[in-house]
Amino acid sequence: MNIETKSELPLYEVFIRSKNGLDHKHVGSLHASDAEMALTNARDVYTRRGEGVSIWVVKSTDIVASSPEDRGSFYEPSDDKLYRHPTFFELPDEVGHL
Amino acid sequence: MTDKDMRFDYLLRLGDNSLILGQRLAEWCGHAPMLEEDLALTNIGLDLLGQARMFLSYAGEVEGKGRDEDRLAYFRDTKDWRNLLLLEQPNGDFAKTMARQFFFDAFQYLQFEGLAKSSDDRLAGIAAKSLKEITYHRRHSADWIIRLGDGTDESHERIQGAIDDLWGYLPEMFDMDAVDDAMLADGFGVDVAALRPVWDDYVNGVLAEATLIRPADSWSVRGSREGKHSEHLGYLLAEMQFLPRAYPDAKW
Repeated sequence: MNIETKSELPLYEVFIRSKNGLDHKHVGSLHASDAEMALTNARDVYTRRGEGVSIWVVKSTDIVASSPEDRGSFYEPSDDKLYRHPTFFELPDEVGHL
Repeated sequence: MTDKDMRFDYLLRLGDNSLILGQRLAEWCGHAPMLEEDLALTNIGLDLLGQARMFLSYAGEVEGKGRDEDRLAYFRDTKDWRNLLLLEQPNGDFAKTMARQFFFDAFQYLQFEGLAKSSDDRLAGIAAKSLKEITYHRRHSADWIIRLGDGTDESHERIQGAIDDLWGYLPEMFDMDAVDDAMLADGFGVDVAALRPVWDDYVNGVLAEATLIRPADSWSVRGSREGKHSEHLGYLLAEMQFLPRAYPDAKW
């Protein structure tokens, strides 16, 4: 057993759905030795005040994230493509608020 | 003892079990092995405190001498406490705390399942509400027994040692005295002796999964129903009761 696993359990990310019909939202992270412990820990750490009706936990290492260096190639090309926004349609009055 | 006295005593037993174990768990606050478990233990402790409040308030009303939950919690001495000896035992290491918790959770679950069917609506209501909490407590402690037992050499050794150390405190849970018998006949209480085989089945299953050995039944101690406690309860009460005794009129 190496020192790292001895001192720190793996990190899990926690997602909570506050009401039926809403999406799960990321609320934070915690340490646990396995998925079952992550679930009960999440219950204790993040739902003590009636915050949720459903919990998802996922190992932090299983999340694939975009890196900051990719910002240019990922997001900037869309900056000058205003035609992708649905702002050029004229709404008939009868539609009211969308 | 009149029927009223027996009901009072019976409710004290239930309330004192919850309060003393809740107080023990509160001692972990800020000391648990990790933050997540710190919160879990204090959550469970607060669940137990909530149960104790309901039972002690009810007990005070049954007694009819004007003692409320606080009076009963803070102004009784050791001989007047009715909690199981198991629950006042010191926390020890995390394994010992979990072993104590697991044995009691497994018992309390069955006891409250029975109490939820009490002929007394108020008692049945308290039990039904608490049973949801206890279902979670039992899941939490059983998970830890399995994890520690089937974990590393050290965790296995520690949890097995804790189980061996506490084993003699368990038979007391299933004792029936005159009060228990009378409350059972009334439809008020539960036949705890009859819970033993069900408890055994459940506990044996968890111990087997945890690769732990069920100790042989050798020694056993009892006495809580007559107010005979181990020395540990006095120290616990001294800490728990200090403030209201030193400043009786203190307001939160």
